[in-house]
Amino acid sequence: MPCLDGYDPGDFFDELFMAAGTPRPAAAELVKRIESLSIEELQRRQQAAQNMLFKLGVTFNVYSDNQGTERIFPFDVIPRFVPYQEWELLERGLKQRIEALNCFIHDIYNDQKILNDKVIPREMIESATGFLEPCMGLQPPQKIWCHITGTDLIKDRDGSWYVLEDNLRCPSGVSYVLENRRVMKSSFPRFFDALDIQPVDDYASKLLDTLLNLAPSNLSDPCVVVLTPGIHNSAYFEHSFLAQQMGAQLVEGRDLVVTDGYLQMRTTKGLRQVDVIYRRIDDDFIDPMAFRADSMLGVSGLMEVYRQGRVAIANAPGTGVADDKMIYAYVPQMIRYYLNEEQLLPNVPTYLCADDKQREYVLAHLDELVVKATDASGGYGMLMGLHATEPERAAFAEKIKAKPRNYIAQPTLSLSRVPTLIDGQFEGCHVDLRPFILNGQDIYVNPGGLTRVALRRGSLVVNSSQGGGSKDTWVVKESSC
Amino acid sequence: MLSRVADSIYWLNRYVERAENVARFVDVNLNLLLDTPVTGFTEQWEPVMMTTGDKTLFQERYDEASAQNVLQFLTFDQEYPNSILSCVKSARENARAVRETISSEMWEQVNTFYLWVQEAAQAGTTEEHLYRFYPEVKMASHLFAGVMDATMAHNEGWHFGQLGRLLERADKTARILDVKYYILLPAVTDIGTPLDDLQWIALLKSASAYEMYRKRQRRVTPRSIAQFLLLDPEFPRSIQFSLLQAERSLHRITGTTLGSWSHDSERTLGRLRSELEYTTMDEVFESGLHEFLDKLQTQLNTVGEHIYEDFMAVPLAS
Repeated sequence: MPCLDGYDPGDFFDELFMAAGTPRPAAAELVKRIESLSIEELQRRQQAAQNMLFKLGVTFNVYSDNQGTERIFPFDVIPRFVPYQEWELLERGLKQRIEALNCFIHDIYNDQKILNDKVIPREMIESATGFLEPCMGLQPPQKIWCHITGTDLIKDRDGSWYVLEDNLRCPSGVSYVLENRRVMKSSFPRFFDALDIQPVDDYASKLLDTLLNLAPSNLSDPCVVVLTPGIHNSAYFEHSFLAQQMGAQLVEGRDLVVTDGYLQMRTTKGLRQVDVIYRRIDDDFIDPMAFRADSMLGVSGLMEVYRQGRVAIANAPGTGVADDKMIYAYVPQMIRYYLNEEQLLPNVPTYLCADDKQREYVLAHLDELVVKATDASGGYGMLMGLHATEPERAAFAEKIKAKPRNYIAQPTLSLSRVPTLIDGQFEGCHVDLRPFILNGQDIYVNPGGLTRVALRRGSLVVNSSQGGGSKDTWVVKESSC
Repeated sequence: MLSRVADSIYWLNRYVERAENVARFVDVNLNLLLDTPVTGFTEQWEPVMMTTGDKTLFQERYDEASAQNVLQFLTFDQEYPNSILSCVKSARENARAVRETISSEMWEQVNTFYLWVQEAAQAGTTEEHLYRFYPEVKMASHLFAGVMDATMAHNEGWHFGQLGRLLERADKTARILDVKYYILLPAVTDIGTPLDDLQWIALLKSASAYEMYRKRQRRVTPRSIAQFLLLDPEFPRSIQFSLLQAERSLHRITGTTLGSWSHDSERTLGRLRSELEYTTMDEVFESGLHEFLDKLQTQLNTVGEHIYEDFMAVPLAS
């Protein structure tokens, strides 16, 4: 019996099946290939793939785990499938969004036209925790603020795509995209010669180009470094991996020092100047002199060197303001204001609790909405109204009333599903998608992105910190199928 | 190269080499015991403890130097920083901090090494299994060195790694040679008997030196064995060889020509190496082999301290 025979896509948008037993036309070849293998064989390869990831050390650290042990991000061998035609739309939509967001960030830290024209209320910006006063007046090289972005997308029940949230500060996950692909190639080489799957491997080269683009043009051999909080950070593997793939130096705050007005690193032959930093620490930890005084991760005096244009930082400090979920809600207005275009890739409808009318609606419909804290990420600080108990909802209502600015609400979406191998059978599991976008000389979107999958039955939460796993994402040109 | 990175590569190699040599200590004793007459003579694990230099640490936590206690302490004790498990764990932590600088293959080897030792520790390995375990620790360490040699550019970082490995090896070869000093023969009259010879041969084997020794010397005598492990210019585990190679790596790092010095580490290592080069075995035995080895270890520690000061502890301001 073919292994996908009993699979029921259920009342959801399934990425591989239109109905039980009927694959989507674009995915038919893939389904055929999967079914040429027995379930035992698939399980064996799944296990081998996980072992490979473990040996490669493709792991993340768990903050709450005192052992300091690393875990692999659980990996499922059934790929997530994106037809090329849909991908083209996503790519255009993402480029448009990043361009508008970059204009917005530059504007609010400089002329504030969008506030003066009252397109976005001034108090929304000034009350955002990610808005950093010391960044006012900054002019980053080529006016680029968000060089690296990971935008979370989801597909609803009717098959249409939405942007769920923006991650402009220091989005992680791209190393899993690259390593998952490597593991899939060695586990299922025969799938790759039959399908026209868009390669992802040039990400590191594009990232290095993006960073070199920031260095002063008079330098022949600029020094690019990746700044990590250190080996105990949950994304340390990725920091190290990207540095390695780019041939850049991986540094910690303690390796760096500001001397004679320049940023320098401590080497075995004395101090050496640093020209470009790809920073993987949050905005407020970058420089204890400018932001959080208790930060042990950053470099004292770095912001002044940056302001003088003697070092470039990606992403620019202050970029985090656009991660605020309230500001997310204004992206359609930004696109209209800066680009004079209509949004190609829609937002999820969003209710702002700061608005009296909208808040009233939210409080009356808590049992069907998802409420999120505007300054949180990673699946923390949210209420899934549909699954919460009455006391949980009541408690959350109090929080909203106390600090309306801190919350937004969205309808409970029915995330699309992909067959996933769990305990020797296929189950439909909900997925989202985080493509990675680089903003340098032009805007580049790595084809595919990180597909995160909710491995707990029925769960909609895909975050790695909350029991999620990942899949390889295949953008497939259909002509070849 | 970043000072922190140089430090991590140096210690990554020292710890792998240390794990290998702890396996060598234990292995020599396990094999010696198999040849010791069973009657009227208790198993000696005390000598191995003495050579590690960590006898006090052992006594704080274990009551007697039984085979089981010593093996546990030296192999799987997580609290003891120089147990095989702790060494491999530290090696891996250091590798993890410089993954982008070393080759992927090196990381995979040290990670696999660690996962394997950890599994053995959790499985509650029996004494019988240990006879196979220690040789495999040695092989895993050789594999790491080989992978490093064949996959990493022989650049500054590589030379820091070599420096760490060779200084550790020199120190540990000295300690292995010293084991015999502590091992008691059943009676003074046993000196020079077949049993005494067997012990010396076991010692050579634990340094993987027996076959190479035989090609040079026909007879097994304490003097020529000591000479081989101390002064042989060609055998890769001899102290003389290790120091010579360590010195070359150090000079590749600094760019100073051999025979001169610009750092204290070069001065102390160069002096130690040339002192050894012009030492005769008569002088060694005159001062006493044990005393000679003891002094050598102190001098090696001084070299290590200077390496730290010269390259790792770069002051804040220029």
